[in-house]
Formats: sequence, structure tokens, C-alpha cells
Amino acid sequence: MLKRILTARETILAAAILALLVLIAVRFPAFVAPSNLIAVFNDTSPLMLLALGQMIVILTKCIDLSVAANLALTGMCVAMLNIMMPGLPVAVIIVIAVALGTLMGMINGLLVWKLDIPPIVVTLGTMTIFRGIIFLISNGKWVNAHEMSPAFKAFPRAELLGLPMMSWVAILVILAFFVLMTRTSLGRAVYAVGGNPHAAVYTGIDVGRTKFTAYTISGALAGLTGYLWVSRYAVAYVDIAGGFELDTVAAAVIGGVSIAGGVGSVFGAVLGALFLGVIKNALPVVNISPFWQLAISGSAIIVAVAFNAQANRTKGRVILKQAEAAA
Amino acid sequence: MRVINKVLGTVALAATMAAGFGATAASADETRIALVVKALGIGFFEAAAKGAEEAAAELGDTEIIYTGPTDTTAEGQIEVINSLIAQGVDAIAISANDYDALVPSLKKAMQRGITVISWDSGVAPEGRQMHLNPSSNELIGNMCVKLAADHLPDGGQVAILSASATATNQNIWIEEMKKVLPEYEGIELVATVYGDDLADKSYREAQGLMATYPDLDAIIAPTSVGIVAAAQAVADAGKAGEVNVTGLGLPSEMAGAIESGASQSFAIWNPIDLGYSATMIAHALASGEATAEPGATLPMGRMGEVTLDDEGNGAMADPFVYDAGNIDEFKSIF
Repeated sequence: MLKRILTARETILAAAILALLVLIAVRFPAFVAPSNLIAVFNDTSPLMLLALGQMIVILTKCIDLSVAANLALTGMCVAMLNIMMPGLPVAVIIVIAVALGTLMGMINGLLVWKLDIPPIVVTLGTMTIFRGIIFLISNGKWVNAHEMSPAFKAFPRAELLGLPMMSWVAILVILAFFVLMTRTSLGRAVYAVGGNPHAAVYTGIDVGRTKFTAYTISGALAGLTGYLWVSRYAVAYVDIAGGFELDTVAAAVIGGVSIAGGVGSVFGAVLGALFLGVIKNALPVVNISPFWQLAISGSAIIVAVAFNAQANRTKGRVILKQAEAAA
Repeated sequence: MRVINKVLGTVALAATMAAGFGATAASADETRIALVVKALGIGFFEAAAKGAEEAAAELGDTEIIYTGPTDTTAEGQIEVINSLIAQGVDAIAISANDYDALVPSLKKAMQRGITVISWDSGVAPEGRQMHLNPSSNELIGNMCVKLAADHLPDGGQVAILSASATATNQNIWIEEMKKVLPEYEGIELVATVYGDDLADKSYREAQGLMATYPDLDAIIAPTSVGIVAAAQAVADAGKAGEVNVTGLGLPSEMAGAIESGASQSFAIWNPIDLGYSATMIAHALASGEATAEPGATLPMGRMGEVTLDDEGNGAMADPFVYDAGNIDEFKSIF
């Protein structure tokens, strides 16, 4: 039991993050001050939210490359809505953001489910389409800080018990996800679909529908993050969060989510996101050349995947090879 | 204007329109200068047209024809140029949608004795007599440091937040900044960081700068994404007024930062001055007061003079400084 806890991905990752923090503290002690750690957590919140969405999709053997574009499109929509109706309460804006994101996630889900197109192709396509739509609705123009209403910008910054709202949103979603993945039939179905689709069918799980649900959830999170992102950085334009989809995949993979599906945990994905977040926030203060920054982020991903491959090797034994081949 | 431009197919129509532009259009001693822009309806160019009208009023006997296609295409501009040739204007000052594609029609214009210059966005040297750049790398580099230094009479620490480490124009500007740095006493450049023109990365880099250098006085960001993100990071850290974010940005994007106090001032070219100068130069060339040749000095009225390099490029002036005093006027323009 103890050995299992010690060798669990989450423990190793948490230890790696701690080691990383110690290493950074040696060069820059102020980094580990509580206020800065809170800032790092807050800064990583969008990545954690999207990494959870990415995780549930990857668990079903799919991938969602459109999350960042979904975030950007939702962000642009709510920002423009805010200009048109500055009086709209933030709660309504959040509901609209989540609804828009959900809709886009459902489009991905439907294409994967009903048309059976490979997920990577579907989301690569919708990624480009979403970015294109942002350009069409905004004419390539920016929505700037002075055009947004104060309330619109204030929400992610508002503090409750010393923690900004953006962090609280992330914490709530993490807890909800934990319950969803471990205590509901949907959560278990997601693992089943990714772990062994054929067996899942025999147990009465609709594989396509489960994938559709996973995409919908990922879309909803991307939509929510879209509002948070745009209001936090107080700017919306076509390219916001460009390339962020790969960060979400990286966070999930570093967190031990198997790209082949079926393996991974909520806290693993969260820690994976935090690991990347610590690196992203630490590199500017430890004074490392920007070219090295890219190499370091890349190496972390490869090390993590190597770990995953190791872990998968000892996952279990196939005792009836012929039977599996026959199926 | 838009509709008129669309039906501008035939010479007959064009001639009618030329007459329609002003009662004195037919008089021989009036200089008619066409200000051709990338597309109509863009705030930046409307402002340039305002500057051109100002120059025309100053010169007298000058008529400005402000025109351009309805969308930013080279084809649209070629149609406009052809109709201007048919109208027999005296000069064309163009901000081009394509470096090469406009050359044949502009050559044709020059063969008919029309003065052709490009401004803002240039065309290849064989397609124009001179090109007016809004500024030069030296002037931009100097202005960036000056903006920071002006608010630091006793000296202080500044850091540069650039786009990507491989962006050519950024690196040239940073080089120029480093060159002029010794001229500003007490200004110490502590770091150069790269935000890759991503809002989130630039924001983090700005946060990192403030954490690493607690005494930091100014962040210079010669990139429009970086300057906005840095200003937001400074405002969020409650350091507005303490750390001054400056550099190159657009008034519409920076209005919030000026308002919050995170940025005291920043710079970018002034479209009004640009339109004014282009008109002044076009008038001087068309009337034969000056000739465009390498090394020549051309008059630009209140903007002084411009000296041309070997390829006929000239730089107008220092980037124009925007601050709390004029931001409201410009934020709706561009």
C-alpha cells in the first residue's frame, strides 16, 4: 500500500514540483513566498481548467486541439457582448461563456461521434474554423481594456479569503471533476471507453456518446476559461492563447494521462498543469535565456512521456492473446 | 465615396467625378494630389487625410483627392490608380497594399508625368520616386529610451520587454536603444526579456521583472502586445505610478493603461503628421520645387525636412508621443 502511494504518479510529480521549488528558491528566494505561490497558482488556473477538459477527452482515446481557439472565440464573443451591453451582470456573462463553449465542444463531439472522423482531424479543423470566426466577427480588431466595463474586468481579480476568484473557480472545478471522475457512472464510463472500448460496448456503454460528453465538458471549460482569460488580461484579439492547446496536452501528459486513453487522474492533470505553471513563472525570474526556456519545457514533456511508457509496460498481462486478436 | 469608387470604371465617369470634386478642379494652376490609402473607412487613414487637408490649406491652390479601395487589396488600388491616371492628377501619394503588384500601374502614372510617392507602407523603388517612412530605427530606439528617461529625472532601472528573441525589427530597435543609453545619465538597463507577442507570456515576464528587480522604474516594450500586457501586469500588481510602462503601442489599445496610470506615455507614428508630410512632399515634387534623388532634402512644412537614402527612403520624424493629454482624441482614431 505504502509502495503504491510512493510510486504513484501524483506523488512523484508532487515531489518533482517541490524539488523544482527548492531549486528555484536557491536562485531566487522570493519565489517561494506564500503571496508569490498564490500568484503562481492563480496564473496557472486557466491551464488547470483546460488540462482537466483535455484529460477527460484524452481518457476516451481522443484529443481536443480546439480548446485554445474555443477559449479565444468565447472570449472575443463575451468581450464584444460586454461592449454592446456594459450593464450585463458578470454572472450572465459567465453563463453565456460556458454555453458558447459547450456549443463548440458539442460540435466537436458530434463530428467525432456521428461522422466518426478521427478526433485529431476534427479538432484541427474546428480550431482553424474558430480562429477564423473570431477574425470575421471582430474584423481583426482588438477589444481593449478601456472598452470593457469595470465589473467585467474585476471578477477574476476579486479576492475571497486571500485568494483571487480565478483560483477559486479552478479549485471548485477541480473538486467537481474529482467527484465526476471517481463517483459517477459517467466518470467510470470515460475510463472504460478509453481503457477498452470493446469491453465498454459489452457492458452497455455507448462509446460515441461518452466521447461526445467528454468533448462537451472540455468545451464548457474552455468557454469558462475564455471569459476568465479575456477579463484577466483585459484584451481580446484573434491570436489570444495561441498555441495554448499544446500546453494543455502537455500538462495532461506530464500529469500521467496516457495518450492512448483510459489512464490518468484529476490530481495528476492538476499537478501536471502546476508543474508547467511553476516552470513558466520561474523561468522569467531565474534569468535563463529564452531559447533555453523552450528546451526546458520540451524536455519536461519528454521525460514525462518516458515515465508514462515505463508505467504502461507494467500495467498488466495479456493472458489470452489469441482471444484478443479474434475479438 | 465607396459607391463612387465601385463604379469608377470608365474614363468618362472618372472625368465627371474629377469635375465634381471641386469647382476649380479644371483650373490649370491648381495642384491635385491624390492620397491613396489601403482601404477607406480605416481610422488611421481618415486621420492621415485630415493631415493632408491641413497641408493643402497651408499650401493653397492644392486639392486633395482622398481615395482608396473598399477593401485592402492590390487589385482595388490598381483600379483606383488607373482612374487617377485618367483624371490626370498631378501627384499620387500611396500607402500600398502590395510591395510589387502596384509597380506597373504606378510606372504608367510616372510615364504620364504624375509624381508618385509612397508613404506608410511602401512600394518597390522602381514604382515610386520616394518613400516616406513614419520614422527610422534610430529615432524609434532613441524615443523609447527618452520616454522612460523623461519620467526619471534622477535616473533609475529600466527593463526591455520585447516580442520574440528572433524578431528582426525588435532586435534592431533594442540595439538602437542600447546605443543611445549612455547619453541618458543614470538610466540603467537591467534586463531584456521576451514575451513572444503572447499576452499571457508577456504578462508573466513583466511580473518576473517586477519580482526580480524590486526597484524597477520602467518597462520599455516596443511591441503592441507586450506593452498592453505589461501595463496590465503593473496595474494588477498595484504598482501603477511606481513602474512606468512605455514603448510603442496604439492609442486605442493603450487608453486603459494611461487611465490606470500604469503607463505615463508611449509613442507611435502620428497619422495626421504622416498625411501632412506626404502631401507636402508630393506638392514639392509635383511643382518642381524639389527633385527626389539619393541624398536630396525635401521640405515637409511644419514637420521640417526629410533626407533620402540611396533607395529613396526617408524618415519623417520621431514617433509621436501619446499621454493623458491627447489619448482621448486619438483612441477613437486608431
